[in-house]
Amino acid sequence: MAEYILETRGITKHFPGVLANDNVEIKIRQGEIHSIIGENGAGKTTLMNIIYGLIRPDRGEIFYRGKKVEISSPSIAIRLGIGMVHQHFMLVPPFTAWENIILGKEVIKNGVLDKDSVCSELKRLMDSYGLSVPLEERVEDLSVGIRQKVELIKLLYRGAELLILDEPTALLVPQEIEELFEILDNLKKQGKTVIFISHKLKEVLRISDRITVMRRGKVVGELEREEANEETLARLMIGKTLESPQLEVYERGEEVLRLEGISLPPKLRNINLSLYKGEILGLAGIEGNGQKELLEIITGLLRPEKGRIFYKNREVQHLDPKSLRELGIGFIPEDRQTTGLILDFTVAENIILGRHDKEPYSIRGKLNLPTIKKTAVDIVKDYDIRASSVDKHVRFLSGGNQQKVILGREFYFEPEVLIASQPTRGLDIGATEMIHNLLLSARRRGMAILLYSSDLDEIMTLSDRVAVIYNGEIVGILSPREIDEATLGLYMTGVRKD
Amino acid sequence: MIRRILISILAPLLAVLLAFSVGAIVMYILGENPFYVYKILLINSVTNINGWGYVLFNATPLIFSGLAVALAFKGGLFNIGVEGQLYIGAFACAWFGITFNVHPVIGIPIGLLFAMIFGGLWGVIAGYLKARFGAHEVIITIMLNFIAMALTNYLVNNPFKEPGQINPIPQTKELFSGSIIPRVYPLFNKFGVSLSSSVPLNYTFFIAIVFCVIVWYFLERTKWGYEIKAVGLNPKASRYGGINPSHIMILVMFLSGALGGLAGVNDVMGYRYRFLDGFSRGTGFTGIAVALLGKNNPIGIVFASILFGILDRGALAMDVFTNTPRELIRVIQAIIIIFVAIGNEFIFRLLQRLERESE
Ligand SMILES: Nc1ncnc2c1ncn2[C@@H]1O[C@H](COP(=O)(O)OP(=O)(O)OP(=O)(O)O)[C@@H](O)[C@H]1O
Ligand SMILES: [Mg+2]
Repeated sequence: MAEYILETRGITKHFPGVLANDNVEIKIRQGEIHSIIGENGAGKTTLMNIIYGLIRPDRGEIFYRGKKVEISSPSIAIRLGIGMVHQHFMLVPPFTAWENIILGKEVIKNGVLDKDSVCSELKRLMDSYGLSVPLEERVEDLSVGIRQKVELIKLLYRGAELLILDEPTALLVPQEIEELFEILDNLKKQGKTVIFISHKLKEVLRISDRITVMRRGKVVGELEREEANEETLARLMIGKTLESPQLEVYERGEEVLRLEGISLPPKLRNINLSLYKGEILGLAGIEGNGQKELLEIITGLLRPEKGRIFYKNREVQHLDPKSLRELGIGFIPEDRQTTGLILDFTVAENIILGRHDKEPYSIRGKLNLPTIKKTAVDIVKDYDIRASSVDKHVRFLSGGNQQKVILGREFYFEPEVLIASQPTRGLDIGATEMIHNLLLSARRRGMAILLYSSDLDEIMTLSDRVAVIYNGEIVGILSPREIDEATLGLYMTGVRKD
Repeated sequence: MIRRILISILAPLLAVLLAFSVGAIVMYILGENPFYVYKILLINSVTNINGWGYVLFNATPLIFSGLAVALAFKGGLFNIGVEGQLYIGAFACAWFGITFNVHPVIGIPIGLLFAMIFGGLWGVIAGYLKARFGAHEVIITIMLNFIAMALTNYLVNNPFKEPGQINPIPQTKELFSGSIIPRVYPLFNKFGVSLSSSVPLNYTFFIAIVFCVIVWYFLERTKWGYEIKAVGLNPKASRYGGINPSHIMILVMFLSGALGGLAGVNDVMGYRYRFLDGFSRGTGFTGIAVALLGKNNPIGIVFASILFGILDRGALAMDVFTNTPRELIRVIQAIIIIFVAIGNEFIFRLLQRLERESE
């Protein structure tokens, strides 16, 4: 019996213009949690898709339990015992949790779905792994953390022995991440093997037994947990170490944005908040406490039931996203694939979204293609977006590069106020550092920034002030230099309130 | 790039070949001689100038209705109502033509404009109901088809019926000469190409080609085209980008309806010179197949329309010159279309894969 449950040899995959995997060899031991890390576009997802049978490699071999296998489709992978949770979930939103779980492996009795036996089996499964989800609820009504558990149960229900999790923590809040890790430890105890992908070095060090580092399609390191620390990993990944950003302290400027008594029952109650020139105001809160609605109201996608918003003393709560943008309010939406980008548009087309009807991008209704292209090329260069050309569809960019397209677009037009929602979600450490520096230099130039992030580290290091939202109310405005993360957590969970 | 173009030409060609082979097998099974049938089909369509004249004549309204479907599709809407828009547009330009006696230099453009505006307004009903109330455009446009057919049927039977008409199918009186689009045979003959004066091909075909270019330019080079495609691909991101999806829906349905209206022009202004009740017989619906086969691309739509034109022409010839029953001709026609559609996708992907592997 082989020591390795999975081994790849010489896996190579070209996409037009990029070498996504270059002779990749990885070795996964039976029963370990193995992390794969690497910058955006390093080829992690591609490799996983190859192992799961979604993509055919140009060359290379896969060995599963010591035997050479041809994985030409996911159904073969599933039969072997390989399961994958994708970076972007693959659930059917209007179906209930149990319907999603059994999809593709339905149990039929007398020609109809045998719900009772399915649900009792699922309950047994959930008990044995210490995992539980509301089986009867529709997936669209579930939070991201629970959806993820649905995906996990789905794999276990199919008898997966090797679980591939592609950036499972990117969408989770800290408590959910800890919960996921407990589940993973549990799975490991029961003999399952896990491949874990993340950009957060802390998480990787917390959970893994071994770590493989990829860079530009190649494996550049394979470490035991004991040999690794943040510094070595960062150096392997991007060739340098990172410094945590320093917030220069100076007087903030005048008020630019003021929220007065914003209410949208039952999500938001009487929100009062001011944003000043040259400051970063952090917004902290556990998902589902109203921050999404609050940000949508500020950016004009949603109307408040009561309350007013002033931008430089002008009332703006009735304006649409377009007029707000023209006034100088930029927005980085939290969900880049559904709100931020049009995936089947090219990089260039996405970059002008929102300005496409203004000069110089369109002149009397005619698109000015050379100028559009030039702007796009500039942005791609300035923000180091890895795309073989600006005419490439955004769908084919890696997650991190997609996010950089949005950031590049918003920063290029120098808004006075920037509403940034989860701007570094899914980004590698190098790109995260770059975004942080961009936010800080924008702050220095006098931009007023409202930053929402589920990464508390990010909030604490970047913000001048932190507003905590709980249950639709602002429960405190804190200074990150006077409190620690634990105190912040107390506000976020509603234990403390000012 | 050149390879890509080659693939998109090669794939449909191979698909047509495949489809004809399948058609031959079916004919053989049904006891027909496929070689003879195909010979008749080709002799009467593509091996001589007159045949081509008929083919292009048949293709003309299909180009318009294919464009109508494709444009709506780019904006994320299914316009199943081209047939209705066609009747409304046809009646509108017929009304103009029987009412006003003007010089052709203004008569033809205004006739076209009438077809576009009324077809467009007919389309907008569905666009507005969708934008305002979320009513699904498929249901609305289907229902509007029935209304349009019944409405024009009423109009041509009652107030606009030709006085003293003997023809069993009701029709309006003839258009004044000012809104008649002339046939092309005099032009061809002048350049020494002998095209029979009985061939109904007229300048509407060239107008259709011009509209292909216009639609392409509009979609690919203007901000409105950009917005239409954006909404079609991702309404949420479009809204965030400052585009109002409701406005776009209304705009799309107007433009799509206008193209649908133009699909009625060939028959009214270019062939019969009057509105004949129920003349279209499904041109608007065939537009859906044309748009899909042409991959919603104007050039593709032209070729798909020509293919349909050939089959229609061939069907007529088979009916006249062979003993194949008319129903069977329809069956073979449909089988060929189905196999072109399947084969096109399949071969396109196959060639793409070969290309990738040879890189
Ligand atoms: N279907 C595709 N077509 C063309 N190029 C692709 C395709 N999928 C991925 N790529 C390219 O291959 C490279 C590797 O992408 P991949 O998604 O594997 O990166 P990743 O390591 O998962 O990055 P991230 O951390 O951002 O998710 C990128 O340059 C990407 O643009
Ligand atoms: Mg990835």
